[in-house]
Amino acid sequence: MGEFKVHRVRFFDYMPSAIRAMAFNSRTERLAVARADGALEIFNFADHYFQEKVIPGQDGRAVEALCWVGQRLFSAGLNGEITEYDLENMRPRYTVEAYGGPIWTISSNSQGTLLAVGCEDGTVKMFELLDERIRFQRNLERQKGRIISLSWHPSGTLIAAGMMDMIRIFDAETGHATHRLLVERGAGASKSKEVVVWSIAFLSDHTIVSGDSAGKVQIWDGLTGTLVKTHLVTKWDVLALAVSQDESSLVAGTSEGTVVQFQFIASTVDQQDKEWVRTRTFKNHSHDVRALAHTETAVVSGGMDTQLVVRPLLDKVEKNTQESALRKIAFPHRSLVCCAKKAGLLLFQFPDHLELWRVGESDGLGKPGDSLPVKRNPEKLIQLKRKGEDHICCSALSPCGGWLAYSTVSAVRLYRIQYNNISITKVSKLPKDLRSAHQLCFSSDSSKLFASSSHSSVVIVSLNQLECKHLHTLKPRSGSRQPVHLLFASEDGKWLAAANADCEIHVYNLHKLKLHCTVPVHSSCPTAIAIHPVTSNLVVVHADQQIFEYSLMQKEYTEWSRKLQKQGLHSLWLERDTPVTHISYSPKNPAHIFLHDMFMFCIIDQSLPLPEAKTMLYNQMTLRSLPEPERIRHSHAFKICKNFQHLLCVSLLEDHSLVVVERPLLDIMSQLPAPVRQKKFAT
Amino acid sequence: KLLKRAEHIFRKGVCCCRFLLCASGECVKVFSTSTEECIHDLRGHTELVTGVLLRPSNHLQVYSCSADGTVRLWDFTDGILIKTYVIGYPIYSIYASANHEGVIFLVTPAQSDKRSEMFQLVAVQLPQSGDQLVEARELSAVLSDVSSNPAAIVFGRGGEYIASANGLQLEVYFFKKQKAYRFPLKEDNKKGGKNTFMCVACHPKDDCIATGHEDGKIRLWRNFNHKKEYTYSTLHWHHSAVSSLCFTPEGTNLLSGGIESVLVQWRYNQESQRDFLPRLGAAITHIAVSPDGALFCTSHSDNSKDKNKFYSLQRDKLLYNLDIVQQEYIHESGLQQFEVVKAAFNASGNWLATVEERKQKAAELELNLKLWAYDEQTQSFVLNTTISAPHEAQITAMCFCHAADSQTTMLASTSKDGHFKAWQLAAQAHTEDEGPSWSCDFVGAYHDLVPECCCFSADGSLLAVSFQEVVTVWSPASWELLTTLSQPPGAIRDLCFGRLSCSKYLLGTSANNLLCCWNLLTCSLEWSTSMDVSLLLADPLSENMAAFCCQAGCTDLFVFKPSEPRPLFSRKEVCSGKVTRAVFAPREEMLESCEESSQWLNHSQLYFLTQYMDLMTFTTKAEEDRLMASSKQLVIDDSVAMTPFYLLLGKHRQQENQDSLGGMSAERTPLPQGSVAIRELLQTPAHVLPSTSYLCSMFVQSLLISAKDILSSSPTEQFYLSHSRL
Repeated sequence: MGEFKVHRVRFFDYMPSAIRAMAFNSRTERLAVARADGALEIFNFADHYFQEKVIPGQDGRAVEALCWVGQRLFSAGLNGEITEYDLENMRPRYTVEAYGGPIWTISSNSQGTLLAVGCEDGTVKMFELLDERIRFQRNLERQKGRIISLSWHPSGTLIAAGMMDMIRIFDAETGHATHRLLVERGAGASKSKEVVVWSIAFLSDHTIVSGDSAGKVQIWDGLTGTLVKTHLVTKWDVLALAVSQDESSLVAGTSEGTVVQFQFIASTVDQQDKEWVRTRTFKNHSHDVRALAHTETAVVSGGMDTQLVVRPLLDKVEKNTQESALRKIAFPHRSLVCCAKKAGLLLFQFPDHLELWRVGESDGLGKPGDSLPVKRNPEKLIQLKRKGEDHICCSALSPCGGWLAYSTVSAVRLYRIQYNNISITKVSKLPKDLRSAHQLCFSSDSSKLFASSSHSSVVIVSLNQLECKHLHTLKPRSGSRQPVHLLFASEDGKWLAAANADCEIHVYNLHKLKLHCTVPVHSSCPTAIAIHPVTSNLVVVHADQQIFEYSLMQKEYTEWSRKLQKQGLHSLWLERDTPVTHISYSPKNPAHIFLHDMFMFCIIDQSLPLPEAKTMLYNQMTLRSLPEPERIRHSHAFKICKNFQHLLCVSLLEDHSLVVVERPLLDIMSQLPAPVRQKKFAT
Repeated sequence: KLLKRAEHIFRKGVCCCRFLLCASGECVKVFSTSTEECIHDLRGHTELVTGVLLRPSNHLQVYSCSADGTVRLWDFTDGILIKTYVIGYPIYSIYASANHEGVIFLVTPAQSDKRSEMFQLVAVQLPQSGDQLVEARELSAVLSDVSSNPAAIVFGRGGEYIASANGLQLEVYFFKKQKAYRFPLKEDNKKGGKNTFMCVACHPKDDCIATGHEDGKIRLWRNFNHKKEYTYSTLHWHHSAVSSLCFTPEGTNLLSGGIESVLVQWRYNQESQRDFLPRLGAAITHIAVSPDGALFCTSHSDNSKDKNKFYSLQRDKLLYNLDIVQQEYIHESGLQQFEVVKAAFNASGNWLATVEERKQKAAELELNLKLWAYDEQTQSFVLNTTISAPHEAQITAMCFCHAADSQTTMLASTSKDGHFKAWQLAAQAHTEDEGPSWSCDFVGAYHDLVPECCCFSADGSLLAVSFQEVVTVWSPASWELLTTLSQPPGAIRDLCFGRLSCSKYLLGTSANNLLCCWNLLTCSLEWSTSMDVSLLLADPLSENMAAFCCQAGCTDLFVFKPSEPRPLFSRKEVCSGKVTRAVFAPREEMLESCEESSQWLNHSQLYFLTQYMDLMTFTTKAEEDRLMASSKQLVIDDSVAMTPFYLLLGKHRQQENQDSLGGMSAERTPLPQGSVAIRELLQTPAHVLPSTSYLCSMFVQSLLISAKDILSSSPTEQFYLSHSRL
């Protein structure tokens, strides 16, 4: 594997934002997640839960609820606005003010014709869905007290609304309230406090399920308006409910961080009349579970502790498969760190600022495992606050460290940095074509900036001291409308590879400024791409953990790639549940490929034989204990190191030292607010 | 005749409204739930009884199964064996359901050889035949690989299916479909909880199976007629293994118990509501509910660690537990508890001294000496004095002064710290304190030697303390050293003063297999003999002494008088293993036995406890007869309904019974004079009788008198201290 001097970087204080709302589209198998900072993430559940798209947040946009209508995604928040998103350009498409004060909830009928929002002023407002916009239709009968939660009956004729101390059922046609269900307050001291019906679900058999701040999940008969059953689930709040598509199972998320499942089961084996019975309890969160989704096979939960947890239901999936494993998604599936290899600089991207750091220096030598004395401490050179209220969506640092660029949904900004006495100057005149970018990338000689733009196009801007000029806009032949999320410019400056959400990878010849080839489309989305500096082979790692090597010269898969596909990857490699987010090469040994995910980094030695299905994949420790001649016999191409955990970036600098950016999850946990108090046994 | 009373391992008990049946050793004990007395034993099995089961079609009959390969059907109210079914294989548990008429389900070893660890559940068609002894060989296997634990198999709703848990697998077999579903669990979860099944219970009305697990979780399984879509919910309160689960007959509650000795009641379908019945004394091993749901019965594992148990020997009934440590018993493997190591009564039984110690690896030894006074009103011991750190090292022996007439009560204790201390009950100097308490009277030592044992003479005028091979004799009145006696080599193991006419003798046993007898008048050795005495004790009511000698794994008993060289009674191989404790319990009535060999039993009865926790005693032939008679009489009493008026009638009849029995057991006391009043009442015509409320109080009173009589006539020495694990 070789020895490296490792810069173990722990000064990137990346702090993910709490999950606020969730909506699952079962037709497209996409999960939309809204975070507390207003950012929106789209996960593709059909493709290994890959985080396909990220729409950056905006100051003042607090998303309280999400709703899919077909392919369209709507959000509503406490700013009183309804927003529809443009998922192709990853930006809000338009915003409509509801004029009802803060909006707590949004829900569409199953026909996809109407959108209902619940407002602070006690009104339920109906919006008509048009092709391009939404239009206010009318108000339902106004109530005293805010509307916290809404749920449509699948027929579209009735709406149940959760309020303070009660649930109202409205006739959607007349707009009148037909039933008023009083929700009991909590016992003891909380008797004087109003109970909040945080979540509600209206089932097709007219059963209403409510979750409230007194910790109850209640089952109501919606036809008669009577309480059927009360399940006391927690001492704190029940914040979220989600019902499966077939209405046989529902889950409730609580402030204790537990998710409680209820199932619609016949009490005796051969009988038809069923009832809701509390069954399993999942505890995967330390804090409030604010958002829940019930997919066909799993319960997806998220909350204050910022992690997205996919808990498969073991009665719905095959046991001991990849599908049956619990998944926790803690880090974004894209890189927030940019490393200037030549200058030894690191750029950290936060939603509202950028940090530029110089790594430390050490001239000591030591045995493997030793920590070396630091000659020069790592130092923060620049902290750059973004302009405007839009959050940063992508950023890049040129390999020489002289240029810095970032983009929001509204603008791209380019800066020139001088290091002799650190100064940063904004490049004022940018070409018009460079309005907003989904991904930014500098060429290896820092003479060009590549920015991915709408419809998978890539804008090339040439940089020099005097001016920045728009050179060309590269467009793929496929006509894909999806955004490009990965860009890689080759070392020799000849190639540019761009991968988009349609799983296409286009390679452009930068000398001729035209499309060179399109890599055969794999069914899974690429998560990392890189072009070999010597052989010009393109290596692609996909969300399903498959690795391909494509020769740009021959325009075909390389021999090694074919061998790998033929033999198949090791099962343990395929079982990993975080995507590879970064690939780099060693200038010393062209046969080495460096890649990393959240839990490991790996050097693939293409000169060694591939691991057989039965051999040990993680064999570095056993190899070390073997005598020298034995080692060669046992070693295989995948050399995996798990010494560093919770990796955000692993990169090789010019001086052959390794930069490892870690963000231990414990550090994130320690920065979270205190969870609700729980009595623990023996305390 | 030697009577063996087995330790009560209640393997399985059933509970019906008025009787509780427990398998105990080779017999089934029938207890009355109203009086809590053992009514009679169902005897007949030749090996351990493994299960008891009410016959579903007749609730006055009970099946019992045993490792001897038979199933017996009893009429338990009368204690009559109705039928014996010979199965031919050892049986480990028995199940039956009302829906399976004439069929019982048994757990037998899977292969016919006994050593196999695999068990199977077989259905046995019981042949219809009038004979007493029936061969039932028609076995058909239902489930293979089941657990031999009786709590691990249970019938489901209406006997439609049977659920069996073994290891990490739950298996449900549906009789109609003849199909079995298996639900395996992982060995342990990420948090380290062990998922092994411990017990199962089925809801009587719904299709819900409750299983208890090793990590204390209870799972409620539903939808178990699907291979994949089964589901379960988890309840967690117990922190260690759940050993028993039971639904109430209506299915409204689920009861669970485990090592925490807390009975937990869960509301079915509202499991967040639960009730606790804590401090049940010992770990719960089995729970049974009577069919009307009114009574719960728990059986416990007897690990009498912190508690002293008081057993009335004559009534075969646990009188009461005394929580000495008075700390909630927190079970945690590895956690050091206060352990009661020594206990002693005084002669009249109104004082009890206990020593508890806690030794932790790093910390110093913690010692507590507690003195308890017997309270006549509450009929229990009340803590009088706690002396923390009475000695600096472990207490080796403790004894009360036996003198009944002396004004002062004294306790002597010897310790490894080289001192012996005398404690005296004295009124407090501070007058505001209510009663007298104990304080140290004297601290003695002898040549830096460690005192091993101590003994007061019968009249309390002498205290003998042994320091290794030297016996020192002190006068408690002046605390001067009167004399020293020594018979080297070998340290003294036991010391004992003679009684009554032999009170001039002091007997000692040494580690060198020597039994010595000193004459205290001459201060010289009277006689000595070479025998390995493990335990020596004196009968308080006669001159007799008993010596238990342990030889080659067996214990021999010698009873002798110190003044006579010839033993009164000797018996080889009384029991296997060492005798750890023994006591002479004075009889309520002196026996007038004429047989020479049993004359020594006239004043008091000898009870002893072996190292295997068997409590044994010697009885005479006459006593045995009497026991049988009285047990029969109890049955008659209990088999008639207990209407309030019957109390009146029944009492009277009992009186008659007793009179008729009188010839057989002449020494039995007639019941108190209350019965005369009853007779008077009965002879009076009803219309001149006073109101029933007046009558009622009268009867209660008559009962009270008799109760008091029994209590006052039974000196507390009868209470046997079963705690003896040192």
